[in-house]
Amino acid sequence: MSSEGQISGEFFLSGDEACAEGALAAGCRFFAGYPITPATEIAERMSDRLPEVGGTYIQMEDELASMAAVLGASWGGLKAMTATSGPGFSLMMENIGLGLMLETPCVVVDMQRAGPSTGLPTMTGQGDMMQARWGSHGPYGIIALSPASPQELFDLTIKAFNLSEKYRLPVLVMSEESIGHMYEKVTIPVREKIKITPRRKPNVPPQEYLPYVPDDDLVPSMAIAGEGYRFHVTGLTHDEHGYPTMTAEAQDKLVRRLVDKIEKNRKAIIEVEEDGIKDADVVVCSYGISARVATVAIQRARAMGIQVGMLRLITVWPFPIERVREIAKNIKAFVVPEINYGQMALEVERAAAGMAKTILVPHMGGAVHDPETILDAIKQATK
Amino acid sequence: MTTRAKQSQIHIIDERCKGCAFCVEFCPQHILYQANEANAKGYQVVRVTEPEKCTGCGMCSRVCPEFAIYVETPNGKQ
Amino acid sequence: MKTTTIAPIGTHPLDEYLRTDRLPHIWCPGCGLGIILGTLLRAIKKSRLDIDKTTMVSGIGCTGRAAGYVKLDSFHVTHGRALPFATGLKLANPNLKVVAFSGDGDLAAIGGNHLIHTARRNVDMTVICVNNFIYGMTGGQLGPTTPEMGRTTTSRKGNTEKPFNIPYLVGAAGASYIARWTTAHVRQMERAFIEALQKKGFSLVEIISPCPTYYGRMNEQAAGLDQMRYYRYNSVVKHYANLAELDISLNGQIIVGKFIDVDKPYFPAPKGENGK
Repeated sequence: MSSEGQISGEFFLSGDEACAEGALAAGCRFFAGYPITPATEIAERMSDRLPEVGGTYIQMEDELASMAAVLGASWGGLKAMTATSGPGFSLMMENIGLGLMLETPCVVVDMQRAGPSTGLPTMTGQGDMMQARWGSHGPYGIIALSPASPQELFDLTIKAFNLSEKYRLPVLVMSEESIGHMYEKVTIPVREKIKITPRRKPNVPPQEYLPYVPDDDLVPSMAIAGEGYRFHVTGLTHDEHGYPTMTAEAQDKLVRRLVDKIEKNRKAIIEVEEDGIKDADVVVCSYGISARVATVAIQRARAMGIQVGMLRLITVWPFPIERVREIAKNIKAFVVPEINYGQMALEVERAAAGMAKTILVPHMGGAVHDPETILDAIKQATK
Repeated sequence: MTTRAKQSQIHIIDERCKGCAFCVEFCPQHILYQANEANAKGYQVVRVTEPEKCTGCGMCSRVCPEFAIYVETPNGKQ
Repeated sequence: MKTTTIAPIGTHPLDEYLRTDRLPHIWCPGCGLGIILGTLLRAIKKSRLDIDKTTMVSGIGCTGRAAGYVKLDSFHVTHGRALPFATGLKLANPNLKVVAFSGDGDLAAIGGNHLIHTARRNVDMTVICVNNFIYGMTGGQLGPTTPEMGRTTTSRKGNTEKPFNIPYLVGAAGASYIARWTTAHVRQMERAFIEALQKKGFSLVEIISPCPTYYGRMNEQAAGLDQMRYYRYNSVVKHYANLAELDISLNGQIIVGKFIDVDKPYFPAPKGENGK
């Protein structure tokens, strides 16, 4: 992997640009995508920058092809990524499913906008959060991260690549328009200071290699095309040979492992940011731009003497059920601001298990919350 | 000047045959036929009438969809 | 000297390229797919390609199952997406020899957009298009190449849609090499595969193939042999024919041959051409 063309230092970047630089810093050398507001700038930056680092950019004919090409490039040995928004995310679901089934490391960035359908293309939304978990058909586990600033878009895109290599699946970066188009200071460390997870290569000779024999963490090692391993992989339910195996037993074994490799490794994957939870009566649980807006409401509430804490989801999937449940025992209510009509709030409510109320502060999209609406909910929560 | 082809050997993998009779149809010497024998799956397998007429052309092997027949000549397998 | 032997499995000359533990394959008696796959393996062998660097990508359908039978790095992907997947694979490692093996529906219906764009880009890959005029795996529905008046389970009174002329479509889009043969033309097919494998750029070989169980049975050609005879006696070789005249009508003449073989810039361009 060439390091020429990589940059470091302090920059004033938009979220989209920071995302592209994060991918390059993580070692991404392939981008296949399709223009869509508000993710287009990621593609544009990648088209300029990838040739500078010895990588390949291609604009495919649609999002279905983009996702397929990303998977192909990953199997060809490159770290690969695409970026889109809601309408493209829906199209990519088919091949995200293939990526999950083939266990292909790659990153998919969804810069959300107001939906459903064409919606408000240039304005923000957070309505794809449940789709991130369940958008492709069938049972599977997924990892999705939610950055709250251009700096975090840089950092979490790197983390997404690392997680995708570690657990062998497409990892989603769920951001949205307001952060994608927001310009802020982004610090890019020198290459040596950036931790990169390499692909898990086979440790047996080609004649003994089977594509889906899992290691102890339930993740198999991955051979790439062209190195003599002569493997076959398929989107059909398969056994450890990679051969299609049409039995309920094979289905049970495979699907359990695809879900468990995330579920059983939750502790290592989940990341949250907490502030003032210890003595809180109310906790605001949020993610992305809504969490940033909530901090204003929290400041105002604390100034009024309300004991309010913040739980910010950095990994939205897997959802931190255990931490939410633990917090629920000691508080009156969670306040969940999100730019949709209630998606992560459902998870909060489920995790709280009735021990604390869940108060949704919805915003249908097109703008971020007025902090006063969140403050109202906080005040209401203390009653 | 004409040269005679050396003797070729026809090999049939019975378990793979599905009785489609393509080889029977396409053999230029018309020396293959579907016998009254069935393999384990019940398909009629192919046998040879006049083996000495085989020229080793390999048509049977090429037109078989099942990798169930091939011919061996002094030049190798086809 | 005994000249007929009942040979054990493992001795067939193509067995070294096949996942013999998965044979006999699932294709019906009389299906042409085994012929095409065998011919491709022969072509790969004759072309002396580096087997470790030869990869196959297939889509969904009976044809799509082919990838599971070859002892190559092979990928059985989603319906219609073999070509973009293959594009990603080739771009990631241009040293790979990428072969896409797909059916008429996979390539020209759901995969239609990808077919024309991959040809437009002239991506360096070999595409084997198996055209059996039907959707076999799902039980015999019409497809984009079903001839007019052809009977299928979704056109029981006869197809009223005009089918694609695949060489015309792909030629207009920008392919470097286009040929069409049938499963009855095994030697010509092999030569075409060898040329296509060695050709730089988007090389498509369309092979007309029997589906006895569905297309054949519903159109008065119930045995694979019926369709093979039809191909053998109703095909006309017309190399470099006008692509616009290659339509196939029900029980009509099939024009076969090599139609396009040109050298032009392909994708990805070899290193050295843009200063790298």
